[in-house]
Amino acid sequence: MTRPAPHTGRFGPFGGRYVPETLIPALDQLAAAYIEASRDPAFLAEVDRLASEYVGRPTPLYRARRFEAEAGVAPVYLKREDLNHTGAHKINNTVGQALLALRMGKPRIIAETGAGQHGVATATACALFDLECVVYMGTEDVERQSLNVYRMELLGAEVRPVASGTRTLKDATNEALRDWVINVGNTHYIIGSVVGPHPFPMIVRDFQAVIGREARRQILEAEGRLPASVVACVGGGSNAMGMFHAFAGDEEVALIGVEAAGEGLGSGRSSASLTEGRPGVLHGSLSYLLQDADGQVAPAHSVAAGLDYPGVGPEHSHLKETGRARYVSVGDGAAERAFRSLPGLEGIIPALETAHALAWVAEAGRRGELEAPVAICLSGRGDKDAVHVAGLPADG
Amino acid sequence: MSRVCRPMASPRVAPPAGNGRIAARFAALGAQGRRGFIPYVTAGYPTLYHTRALLAGLADAGADVIELGIPFSDPMADGPTIQRSSQGALDRGTTVSDVLEVLAELRDASDVPVVIFSYLNPIHSRGVENFIREAVDAGADGILPTDLPLGADPALEAALEACPLDLVRLIAPTTDPVRAAEIARASQGFVYYIARTGVTGAGAELRAELAREAGAVCAVSPVPVAVGFGVSTAEHARAVGAAADAAVVGSALVDRLDEGGVAGALELARELRAALDEVA
Repeated sequence: MTRPAPHTGRFGPFGGRYVPETLIPALDQLAAAYIEASRDPAFLAEVDRLASEYVGRPTPLYRARRFEAEAGVAPVYLKREDLNHTGAHKINNTVGQALLALRMGKPRIIAETGAGQHGVATATACALFDLECVVYMGTEDVERQSLNVYRMELLGAEVRPVASGTRTLKDATNEALRDWVINVGNTHYIIGSVVGPHPFPMIVRDFQAVIGREARRQILEAEGRLPASVVACVGGGSNAMGMFHAFAGDEEVALIGVEAAGEGLGSGRSSASLTEGRPGVLHGSLSYLLQDADGQVAPAHSVAAGLDYPGVGPEHSHLKETGRARYVSVGDGAAERAFRSLPGLEGIIPALETAHALAWVAEAGRRGELEAPVAICLSGRGDKDAVHVAGLPADG
Repeated sequence: MSRVCRPMASPRVAPPAGNGRIAARFAALGAQGRRGFIPYVTAGYPTLYHTRALLAGLADAGADVIELGIPFSDPMADGPTIQRSSQGALDRGTTVSDVLEVLAELRDASDVPVVIFSYLNPIHSRGVENFIREAVDAGADGILPTDLPLGADPALEAALEACPLDLVRLIAPTTDPVRAAEIARASQGFVYYIARTGVTGAGAELRAELAREAGAVCAVSPVPVAVGFGVSTAEHARAVGAAADAAVVGSALVDRLDEGGVAGALELARELRAALDEVA
């Protein structure tokens, strides 16, 4: 897979560093610290130690036989990132970046969060390393993810509600970037997905790549072969990038990213940036973006707060343009049905975000369009969504 | 006293590509020993009607360059005031075409230099070549993209440097001296020194280090140096005028526009102009 040039951070034409001048020195410092750390055996050993002792890695690759029967495709494996400490893949990145912050001598951490999973994972890493933590969260998300707000506060983080714009992840990201511009001297911004200015898309991808490395080894052990299809949901795209990265050189493995179609493609109420957007600049990088004809960012919508974002990581844009990965979409209703279906089949409550990937596999499997073996990144657990989904009409 | 920031002895790497109206204005100010006044206006806030009146009034009130802001949905370098004005303008349906149209109307009455202040995406979305052509046709003199730092996109920067608009660049307090000198050399028309590590917004006080920092930029800049971010009062304007070639005032004008309408904003503009003229 493309290794971005250290100073430009491009994946093909995508990525870059479109930020206010004020942040340039901090991005340079971060890129240098990361390159140095990634060559330091002691740093890498510390990341590995925390992954096994604290996060709970490796996570299992579980064969979901009753789901297979429903989906009409087998074998299907679930990479159980929901079993990580804090219940999602997000902590793979936050522990790594918190270690980088310590290395750079920055005592204060900020983060943005949509579903709250990244906020909880950041608050957790900050508690572990005794770092001050401020998490920005759109007021709409504060409402639909109230459990995670409480968890963050319990972990010692300050949650700052953001009432500007669409009051979701996009606006929380704007506010986190502003905080960083103001407090860049003592603050590290732990961005939660493979988005933002270089070097964030590369750093987050690298810390999440453990997902695919483990999954690749595990499926080789279980099946004696590589999967034919690797599937993950895509909002900003960090669990997908983490899952895809190890398979990128395996041309026989189809990489499939599932975006949120919200209320339907063409409805103006989706989060499917790669499917419905066009290249643009948001939050420091050039990537596919939902925007109007005048270049104003269009509001995104998804029932899954973690996918409710009008942009997407620049490496996904590159994988789309080169054809290495394929991007499809699933709407709110199908995701909600998958959310309700998996618990009874497998005893696993998936996050609403993850449910998009499950829904697509079930649909494509039933249509006979999906080649097995299939590996799905089960990116997070759905406890946080239970109250919200319980309040929706039963037929989704 | 002529320009605070005297031109460096060494020539620019490339000659200025702009139409020269900004350079001419600063040359005239320098000859008179005066400091420049650069007000910022969010186009379309609270309405395009107000913007038209404000632009014409600012030209009369002694603006040397006007920064005309294209409202953007996600202004990440801006504080609450410009966020509010940008969102207000967008809620009213302000488009990039509207912004260029009010500029063209201003050109019927005034030749005050105008720099278009924008985030990159509205320009990128229109196609950079298209945008440049339309902006030049409308009478723009310069462009100031907030999220295009030096070296971020060499092809795009080259296109903007070569076009008839001056590409105005920003230097921040966090920028190291070597890079600051590179930015100043690459900036056309003038260079913008950001007065504080932060986002835009009116402030109570300027930092004590500002004069020294602005002076350091002046010492290496071949183009005039304007200082903005948090410059809100006549006292601030005098302090900036003592340290640099021009003062940029944005959020304070927007706040005054909210409180006292166009007349109120113009009153503040005249106060600031007068304060800058006290520096000599």
